[in-house]
Amino acid sequence: MRTFDTHLPRPQRTTDALSDLLYQRKGVLLTVLLVPPLLWFGVIYLGSLLSLLANSFYRLDDFTGQVVKELGVENFITLIEPANLDVAWRSIGMALAVTLVSAVLALPIAYYMARYARGSQKAFLYVAVMLPLWSSYLVRLYAWKLLLAKEGAISWTLQQLHMQWLLDSLLSAPWIGGNSLSFSPLGTFIVFVYMWLPFMILPIQAAIERIPGSYMEASADLGATPGTTFRKVVLPLAMPGIAAGSIFTFSLTLGDYIIPQVIGNSTMYIGQVVYKQQGVAGNLPFAAAFSLVPIVVIALYLWLAKRKGAFDAI
Amino acid sequence: MPVAVALEEVSCVFVSSGREVRAVDNVSMEIQEGEFFTLLGPSGSGKTTCLRMIGGFTLPTSGHIRIHGQDVSLLAPYARPVNTVFQDYALFPHMTIIDNVAYGLMVRGVQKSQRLHQAQKLLELVQLPDVAQRKPGQLSGGQRQRVALARALINEPKVLLLDEPLGALDLKLREQMQTELKSLQRKLGITFIFVTHDQNEALSMSDRIGIFNQGRIEQIASPSDLYTRPSTRFVAQFVGAANVLHGPAAKAIGYQGTMMLRPERIKLGVGGDHNFSARVQSKQYFGAFWRLTVLLDHSDIELALDIESSSNLPVPDVAHAVMVRWEANAVHFIAETPQI
Repeated sequence: MRTFDTHLPRPQRTTDALSDLLYQRKGVLLTVLLVPPLLWFGVIYLGSLLSLLANSFYRLDDFTGQVVKELGVENFITLIEPANLDVAWRSIGMALAVTLVSAVLALPIAYYMARYARGSQKAFLYVAVMLPLWSSYLVRLYAWKLLLAKEGAISWTLQQLHMQWLLDSLLSAPWIGGNSLSFSPLGTFIVFVYMWLPFMILPIQAAIERIPGSYMEASADLGATPGTTFRKVVLPLAMPGIAAGSIFTFSLTLGDYIIPQVIGNSTMYIGQVVYKQQGVAGNLPFAAAFSLVPIVVIALYLWLAKRKGAFDAI
Repeated sequence: MPVAVALEEVSCVFVSSGREVRAVDNVSMEIQEGEFFTLLGPSGSGKTTCLRMIGGFTLPTSGHIRIHGQDVSLLAPYARPVNTVFQDYALFPHMTIIDNVAYGLMVRGVQKSQRLHQAQKLLELVQLPDVAQRKPGQLSGGQRQRVALARALINEPKVLLLDEPLGALDLKLREQMQTELKSLQRKLGITFIFVTHDQNEALSMSDRIGIFNQGRIEQIASPSDLYTRPSTRFVAQFVGAANVLHGPAAKAIGYQGTMMLRPERIKLGVGGDHNFSARVQSKQYFGAFWRLTVLLDHSDIELALDIESSSNLPVPDVAHAVMVRWEANAVHFIAETPQI
């Protein structure tokens, strides 16, 4: 029988006492670590979101140009005017197209990175995917403007290959066409996909990396062809990654106001409208109301994704 | 008996960081239909690579693999009439248990009602009739093991490959599953090719065992032949405990060549065909027996010997002088192959 020694050695220094305290009461450490980010998140982030929500119910006095802090739904009525709805639908359509094409482009790259690339090749691919993010967004944007211009590299290359007709027929198509690539929605779309592709590749790559190789082997072993294995095993298990990536591409496209300004025709996207309303027009309440659109759309999107089981494999 | 799986001079060579590694080196063997055949060896000996080549997950660098006469050497896994139970079970986490089991039928386009019926029957076979709607994450290791078995059996393979399937289970469950696997194999009558590094598991379950060492087959024989008549020094030492003496050491006690003597064949006391005085070096208790190591007097020969706990003889302590003896027929001679 052993009796417990109640005369434990007393801490010598204050730092010892402190580390003992933190070790014995795990809650203290947790509180110390969590309070600052929670304050940041709660007050600054959620606070500004709530302020945005509140602002969207105010209105602008047309005569004085002052914000009137009275709750009302005028902004939302303006929002469903055809011109504004048009902007919303165009933005959502663009965001969906960018997301879809990014996912299709990202999957094989991510799959290769996760399953086949080893050692230095893998490091190279990581850098290659991330490298564009190291340089300024504006620099890359204006570089694309040159590439896509009427006398730009893409057009020139196609001319040399005697494939100018392909570009011309694409540019004469309704909805996506225009004067040249740099003045068409097609150009806007290409640049959006280029800009956000890394944000799609990396989460998908992480998701595929987590799938043990034996799952693919088991599927093949049970008689599944590679295509079936991809549809029944890889795709469902990569879904959380695709969902995460699509949130990036979707919300970044919905929120961007610079790309469509530099590349594309003069049609507006949500980001541009918000920018103009809060800047030049000084109509903060309407800008606030319009910026709620992406939030609502993404909330709907997440809800749908969850219902469809995109997060079941987490 | 017809041959189920035949390997003809199969090699598998990897290049790992610029160095050539012969994972499997010129292996030939024939596995009979309905046999429980075990590939046994230490880790890295090539046994798993060999199994993966039969399953189609790794392709041989040279040689041929035939399954029921058909050359499958370079076929993809889905084109081979074998199924595998994986070491980590590899159950699909996003599917229910019944969908996991029915997967093999699903990819072959079998109707839903029919494949679920079939899957339920297999779950009953592995004694898990009530877990159909659960996900793999909700099952214990032993249950997952059974589900993996059911899933591998649904396509009615002619040959079942098992890659250390019991490795992750605790001892008690492991012994229970050994019995169940063996009786299942008898009931179904299909060929089992089983990979393990656990010699007890191999001895207790197999009809025949192929011993792997450094990518080569050392010996293929029944468990009792392997134990009593190992053909190489490696086999003698890998399967069970063994005293192996060769050269001058063997000569010192009057033998030529390489000899093997199992610890349980050495007794304490005088009598027997051979008799030596010795001193106890160490003493270990194993429940059913005591294992002593003794140093023969006037030599540097150390022998291990087992004394049954139930023998009621006093077990000598360390440093005590003892007499050891064994019969002439306890000694097995190994035809020595040139050492590499």
